[in-house]
Formats: sequence, C-alpha cells, structure tokens
Amino acid sequence: MIGIINYGSGNFTSVFNALKTISNDVLEVNSASQLEICSHIILLGVGAFGSAMKKLIGLGIIEQLHEEVIIKEKHFLGICVGMQILADYGHEFGGAKGLGWIHGEVTKFNFEEDLKLSLPHIGWNEINNYHNNRLYKGINDNDPTFYFVHSYHLTLVDNYSTNQLTFCKYGYHFLASVSQGNIHGVQFHPEKSQKNGLQLLTNFCDF
Amino acid sequence: MLKKRIIPVILLKNGVIVQSRKFLRHQLIGTPTASVERLSNWNSDELIYLDISQKSGYDLNRSDLNHPEFENISDIVKLVSRKCLMPLTFGGGIRTFKDIELRISGGSDKVSVNTLSFEKLDIIESAANTFGSQAIVISLDVKLVDNKYILFKGGRMQSDVDLNSHIKRCQDVGVGEFIINSMDRDGSGIGFDIDLINRVCDQTSLPVIALGGAGNWEHFSEVLTKTNASAVAAANIFQHTENSYFNCKQYLYDSGHNVRMPGDLTCINKNI
Repeated sequence: MIGIINYGSGNFTSVFNALKTISNDVLEVNSASQLEICSHIILLGVGAFGSAMKKLIGLGIIEQLHEEVIIKEKHFLGICVGMQILADYGHEFGGAKGLGWIHGEVTKFNFEEDLKLSLPHIGWNEINNYHNNRLYKGINDNDPTFYFVHSYHLTLVDNYSTNQLTFCKYGYHFLASVSQGNIHGVQFHPEKSQKNGLQLLTNFCDF
Repeated sequence: MLKKRIIPVILLKNGVIVQSRKFLRHQLIGTPTASVERLSNWNSDELIYLDISQKSGYDLNRSDLNHPEFENISDIVKLVSRKCLMPLTFGGGIRTFKDIELRISGGSDKVSVNTLSFEKLDIIESAANTFGSQAIVISLDVKLVDNKYILFKGGRMQSDVDLNSHIKRCQDVGVGEFIINSMDRDGSGIGFDIDLINRVCDQTSLPVIALGGAGNWEHFSEVLTKTNASAVAAANIFQHTENSYFNCKQYLYDSGHNVRMPGDLTCINKNI
C-alpha cells in the first residue's frame, strides 16, 4: 500500500492522481494509524518550510512516521518541501526545525548578482549523476529533465558516501535528490514531470 | 540548464473552449478537456487555462458536444487536473481567497490573477504566504493607448496604475511570476510585442511569460532570441493546426533553442 500523507498541502491532488495511474493501492493518509498499513510512504509539500512542518505536527503523525521510516525502515519519498523538511533546519520565513533525518540545512538560492537569474527556479531542468541510482532506472538519457518550482534547496552538511545524490544546475549545482537507505527525497515534482516523473514514481513503488 | 518553456493556453468561456481575437470576439472550438491528454502526451511544458466568461455559471447544456454539464469552475479544474501530468495554471474569475483555494485544492498548481491585483493586494499576499509564491501568477493585460502601454483590469477597464509601479507592488507582496497578455496582439497572429516583453523583463527579476500574437513558429523563436522571457505562451495557434505543439517544439529544438525535446509522436493517443 502506497500512503500519501495529506496535511492540507496544495499539491496533494496532483500527486494522488499521478500515483493512481501507476498503482491501485494508493491511500490518502491523514492519521497516524493509517501509516501502519503502508509499505511505502510519500510526503509532499509546496509552500514554506515552517508552515509545512507546522501542519505535519498538527496532524499528529510525526512520532508514528519516525517509527515507520526510521525504526521499521519503510520506503519513504519526500517531494519538494517534503524533501526539504527531512533536513535539520530550514531558513525560510524566519526559520524552523525539520525532521532531522538527513543532516543539512535548507537555504535560499544565493547566486552572483550579475547572473541575473530569476527566483523561484521554475521550469524543466536537467539532472546529472543519476546513473546507477535505482530511483532513476529507465530515465530517458537524451532528456533527463524534471519540473522544478522552488526558491530554497537542501544543502547537506556532509555528502557522505552512503548517500546517493543527484544534482541540477541553476547558477550553481544544487541538490536535486538524495537517497539515504530507505529514505529518498526529490526537489523536483515527479507528479508534474510526465514520462520521467511517472518512471521515477514507478521505480519507487517497485522498491 | 533551465529550459525555456513553451506553454499552450486554453481559453474557456462559459464552460467551452474558444478562440479569441483582441479580447472581443470568441469562437467556440470544443470541450474543456479535449486537448489536455493530447498536450500532456506531447510533452507540453505546462498548461494554462484562462476562464474568460463574463457571466457566472457554467450551464453548458449543449447536447451536441456530448459532454457533461459543469456546475462551476472547480468541477472543470478537477476534471482537467486528473488528466494533466504537467504544471497547470487556472486564471480568470478569481475574486476572493476562497476562489484561489478552490482552484488549488482542485489540482491546479498555480492561479493567474488580474483584477485582484488592482483591488485586493492583501488577498494576493496571504495567498502567496499560504500556497507559496510559485502558486501566484499575475496577468498583466496591456494595450498600447496613445503610444503608451496601459494596464487593463478585467480585460475591459483601463487602469490608471502605471505598469512599472504595478509590477513592483505585486513583486513586493510575494507573487511568483508575471504573464504578459498583449491585448493588441491577442489573436492577431502578427508576432509578439517584443518591446513590451523587454520592458517588463527589465522591471522584474521574476520569471516572465509572454503571451499574445503568435502566428508562426518563428515568432516563438523571436521571443527566445530577443528577450529574457522565461516562457512563451500561445492559444489559437496550438488549437487549430495538426500536431501543432509537437511541430513548434521540433522547430525550436532543431533551431538550437534551449527548449525541452519534443515528445514522441508515437505516444499520441496512447497512455505514456
């Protein structure tokens, strides 16, 4: 059973619809007990880091989530802000603590003024370093693009060797995805990335 | 590298898709969902729906279209988003915070607002805080009057707010993008207003979407070459020619523009 946590985040419907096209076992999760019957858990999110964290706390499932993902090591995928809140700390709108599952901080894009790059980083961009990463099995090598919408990104304290990382370039190379054992996070939106996105979600569900 | 986006725009009027000319004449061309799957399969970068209905209600009681009736816009949003594996924007008829919420909870990723940006900036600000800046697109409906670019409100009323200061005000409350809707070029097919696009790009660091005037693929190329716009959008040209989106992408890709590869034509009418 694929559980998608719905804590009132805007893009729940999109993620749910995308998952529905690849699996019949998709569950809208809005209580702790529902997490127990899931083999895979997806946490999404758009908007600000702090408000996403607050809503997740409000739902009262953080303890159970910890139990399922950290103790029982169930497959977990964080999407966009759902990836960012895996970090220790997020600096958006005054700052807030995250889940701390992946050591790093979420900071705003900070590039040289003369690059004249606009924020948010919106649109289709290429990722690299995805070969040999099971999450990206079958991705089109001629067009490894995904849809991004964000102004903040996750920076790891240490790119330890146990992590599988992919990067994307906007001004500089930033973290596009991280896989640490059973925990995966993607900064882009697979649910909006057509063929490549569905492929990635299928790969995750096949874990 | 971040790709330039090519965005089809679908105009809705009282529940059906129409073509528009200079914001005035509208010709019926189909049902709200007719194009969605096709465009998604062609690797369309995004999709924008603009609801240009002037009266409220979507009493689409036309048996000849063989299509369900719609009570309201959120039914249309839900139906479209179910088939849409690409970013989706809904614009038009947005007057309250609730209007924004309805569209986003229905599955739209962004909303495009015009009138509200003149009347209730505080609503826009709280929507940007709640749903994120990326979810709020400001539509700048602009017309050349006495050789000066004038902003229009609700597609009809001339505004006395200066273009540059309007851009700044919207930016200050945290919007995420601007879409330039050139009223003079709407449905004209004579090409985009390059001067206008450059003026707006000079005023903002936010992504700018150019709309209005596309008549051939070279017009898209011109925007990508001569301006810093992040995206080029068009309505009519993508509705009435065969394989239009694919052909547009193929042309731009082959000309060396920084766009995503066109989709696989064999995918058409199949599930991807």
